[in-house]
Amino acid sequence: MSPALAQLHARIQRLERPAERRREVLAFGLAAIDAHVPGGGLALGAVHEIAGSAADGAAILFAAGLLARLSGPVLWCHGTRGLFPPLFPPGLAGAGLAPERVIHLEAGTGKAVLLAMEEGLGQPGLAGVVGELSHLPMLASRRLALAAETSGVLALALRAEKEEGKIAPNAAATRWRVSPIPAPRPPWPGLGRALWRLDLIRCRGRAAASWVVEACDATGRLGMAGLFSGRSRTPLREQRAGA
Amino acid sequence: MPAPDASLRAIATWCLRYAPLVSLDPPDGLWIDITGCAHLFGSESALLADLAARLSAAGLAARVAIAGTPGAAHALARFGVGRDIIVPADGLAAALAPLPPAALRLPEEAAALVARLGITSIAALSALPRGPLTRRFGAATLSRLDQALGRAPEPISPLASPVPLAAHRAFTEPLLSAEALAAAIGTLSSALCQTLERKGLGARQLDLFFERIDRVVMAVRIGTVRPSRDALHLSKLLLQHLEEVDPGPGIAAMRLAARLAEPIAAGATPAVFSSDAGKPDLSMLLDRLANRFGPARLYRALPLESDVPERSVRRRTVCCHLPPLAPSSGKTWPPHLPRPSRLLSPPEPVSALALLPDHPPAQFVWRGKRHRLTAADGPERIFGEWWKSDSETFAVRDYFRVEDEQGRRFWLYRRGDGANPATGDGSWFLHGFF
Repeated sequence: MSPALAQLHARIQRLERPAERRREVLAFGLAAIDAHVPGGGLALGAVHEIAGSAADGAAILFAAGLLARLSGPVLWCHGTRGLFPPLFPPGLAGAGLAPERVIHLEAGTGKAVLLAMEEGLGQPGLAGVVGELSHLPMLASRRLALAAETSGVLALALRAEKEEGKIAPNAAATRWRVSPIPAPRPPWPGLGRALWRLDLIRCRGRAAASWVVEACDATGRLGMAGLFSGRSRTPLREQRAGA
Repeated sequence: MPAPDASLRAIATWCLRYAPLVSLDPPDGLWIDITGCAHLFGSESALLADLAARLSAAGLAARVAIAGTPGAAHALARFGVGRDIIVPADGLAAALAPLPPAALRLPEEAAALVARLGITSIAALSALPRGPLTRRFGAATLSRLDQALGRAPEPISPLASPVPLAAHRAFTEPLLSAEALAAAIGTLSSALCQTLERKGLGARQLDLFFERIDRVVMAVRIGTVRPSRDALHLSKLLLQHLEEVDPGPGIAAMRLAARLAEPIAAGATPAVFSSDAGKPDLSMLLDRLANRFGPARLYRALPLESDVPERSVRRRTVCCHLPPLAPSSGKTWPPHLPRPSRLLSPPEPVSALALLPDHPPAQFVWRGKRHRLTAADGPERIFGEWWKSDSETFAVRDYFRVEDEQGRRFWLYRRGDGANPATGDGSWFLHGFF
């Protein structure tokens, strides 16, 4: 982006959403991603959607890693059993999210999860609220966004994705998809760090993009892939965002 | 030995722990109106199970039934088939139909007449036309039938609960609208909170009674994680349950009573105080969630020392009517043992092909889908806990972390060590996803 264009971009953004500039962000710690998303990280006090298959734990670990790097308690709203297999708390602890920080709520139906998330987002002391959902409807996402903006609490909607396909619009600030990809074999027998493809499906004012990252470590930090695999550090593909 | 009535009264007073409205049904029965209270136990069945377990632990043989009307509950507890009966709202007539007419608490003469005429079930009795039924058996019989089926109200006369901390309001005009009731709840809770403040107390459990002009009394109960005298907070919790209250012809009076109260340190403003410096006070959020979803569904998952994965997590509920939140211990699970983020329970059997007995499989089929594996790590051997059950004495599980062609990582285990059949039959299971 040329400097003139960037300046214009910033001006338009100021006109459109004056509140957004004051938002705190959680940096990913990876230069390529932080440079791409607005504000240099994941905006706190906003709703973010993380899609992932129910038959792998990539999306949940991605969410746990983000929350691990914030401080304060987390409200985790579980969906129905059919949506995701039950959460295993030691796995969250493995991504750096300590067990005593997480308050679990078996909310049940999607409606109940949304209700509980909204209730949690009204509580400024929380670090974040996670809700397991089959989809995040437009109206509900607006309500959550409003509640998150007021309290400054990070809202993460974990969406169980049956198959990649068309996705209905909603008011989430960013929409991600995390999917595992084959990791390079380490020089020792066994398994190395897992690799994820991180897709930014939608982000206001930015193009959709994909990165290959190393799964988060015991402190919740992602790693940039490429040291083993020789993959590029820049987005794999860039395309114009839909709106 | 106390008089039968006195001991029944003692049990009734004890039953106030379940709901604010408890009434005697002499000589041997009790009614507990659990409307608006079952949520504190998670569900009606959980409340019933708790009640039955505690009564039997106290050495009392009791039969318990939950139904939509006092008459039906009385009948089913005494004449119902099986134990621990819960009748859904729309199944009242069907549940009562096969019971003998004696279950309806009929007057003696009417009962004898019904028996003499060969009417052996409530279904047969209620099939009779109403006019002749009244003429032959008396108005009391018809009204008992209507009360049991919920066609006529049956006010129960609740025990006066011994609560000195209460606020009461009677209304000149009966209240009908939700807005009017909400306003009244606000007034009552600020009045009660002033009383609590004077005494240096905070409420842990509140009962709100609605007295209708047709003498029916209804009640809701809420609990808090920490003692609270924040009128706004308490009235919000009460308002969550307003929709469960049927105002009927109108509410004539309301009473708000603090059933459990505990001291709060003076000077602490309950609205915003923090427990430890810098730590946010979550008790209000927890109250709202616990009262809406039930305290059993709100918990922390803490480590438990066990090698068996499914036993390594202990749920510690954030409960309303038990001691408040305990401080956290800072303990976690052993960090060097990788654990999945989602666990299948129970583990699902997969058909797997391993080249050598002590090796991870090369592929496995789960729910009809084949996963070819490219890498694996393991085994991590986990032994059965022989002190838990005999069948675990020699049991062994060998866990492998595996990755398939698409990069998905699974947690598989083989039952047995692959050599000695006493340790397991060598079948494979999928236990979790990383």
